[in-house]
Amino acid sequence: MNKYVCPGCGYIYSEESGDEFEGFPAGTKWIDIPADWACPSCAVRDKQDFQKFED
Amino acid sequence: MAQYNTYNHVEKIKTKDTKRYLWWLPLLVAVSPIIGIKIYEATGNPLFPWLTPILWYIFIPLGDFVFGRDDANYRDSRSEEIENDVFYKWLVFLSVPLFYVTWIYSAWWIATVANSTTAYLGVTIGVALTNGLALVVGHELGHKNNQQEKNLAKLVLAVPAYGHFSAEHNRGHHKDVATPDDPASARLGESLYKFILREIPGAFVRAFHDENVRLKRKGKSVFSIENQILQSFFITFLLYGGALYTWGPVILPFILISTLWGWQFLSTSNYIEHYGLLRQKQEDGRFERTRPEHSWNADHIVSNIMTFHLQRHSDHHSRPTRRYQVLRSDDAPQLPTGYAGCFTMAYLPFLWRKVMDHRVLEQYNGDILKANLDPKKRDALIRKYTKGDSNE
Ligand SMILES: [Zn+2]
Repeated sequence: MNKYVCPGCGYIYSEESGDEFEGFPAGTKWIDIPADWACPSCAVRDKQDFQKFED
Repeated sequence: MAQYNTYNHVEKIKTKDTKRYLWWLPLLVAVSPIIGIKIYEATGNPLFPWLTPILWYIFIPLGDFVFGRDDANYRDSRSEEIENDVFYKWLVFLSVPLFYVTWIYSAWWIATVANSTTAYLGVTIGVALTNGLALVVGHELGHKNNQQEKNLAKLVLAVPAYGHFSAEHNRGHHKDVATPDDPASARLGESLYKFILREIPGAFVRAFHDENVRLKRKGKSVFSIENQILQSFFITFLLYGGALYTWGPVILPFILISTLWGWQFLSTSNYIEHYGLLRQKQEDGRFERTRPEHSWNADHIVSNIMTFHLQRHSDHHSRPTRRYQVLRSDDAPQLPTGYAGCFTMAYLPFLWRKVMDHRVLEQYNGDILKANLDPKKRDALIRKYTKGDSNE
């Protein structure tokens, strides 16, 4: 399970917990997130701008 | 931040939080229609039902002229402290019930006490303007990444009947800002009136479209109770429906005028915030990332206080989650005055274009092709602004 971070605002998408409000149930893989999805927190950055996040 | 350095802006740093105790002033504006009514009742002076319009259209532009700009920023460590200080967000929370109090009190007064059409109209336009301020508050709250503030946004946006704002603004406008795809970014050559007729329906359609996409992913219908837009409009229905039921048709002009004029307030802000500015297309076909130069900035202190720093719009679009009290003044295109004064200019399209078109061109070093052009006027604009260019 991986995490991806928005380089603009720091929003983190975690495959493990998903994002319920956005309609991605827990376990939704990054690859299954639509390509035209933008950061739900800032909308300044798009999916392809996100970086893999290591904690 | 050298890449935005088109204005030789010398960054001013301050450590003292000089505006801290000024931020309650918008709360006073939120109840100003009631204050106006009370003074009117005490003095009989027929100007006082018009207190709020007089404030917004006369005293705030005048205040901007007299007190000028405040373009100082906090250094990063100080900024973080101030951003985390809950005092500021509590002021915003506190304003939410005030918009309800003002709306209900004014409706009651108009329906049962007001004895002249001019008093009725003055209070109605006053409430239209506090509805506009409710939209500013809804904007501030809707950007925050927690459910508490998002819920408060729905509640406050119900007063001006603009429950689709959060969906439309956060996922639509911010994604597409300063591109031809955005109904909420004005184009060079486009008059305010043409823009309003494009933006208001465009925003509504985009909001429902985006909310539908989100709900579909969850396997829900657009009419589900999880629809954030309908939740807010349901509260509007209770408020407006309750007023109509209680006071009858006498309240109908109040509802229509205050709501439509309030929407106009929002639309006019949108009009001036990105007029003519364009994010350039990159080689990979994407628009360049939103930077301060894609929004007009205004540092005029009086109108900035009244709008919770909304006018520091360049920074807002670069960092949309940043709280109002720490929004920065940027090396960005600068409006000639605050929003209150710009509103009146925008109402007069010839004046607006005289003041603004050359500013847009200066932003692009005279290259009209880099601006966001009204497609209907594209050829005429190119002819007009490349005339005398001997480079061809
Ligand atoms: Zn983000």
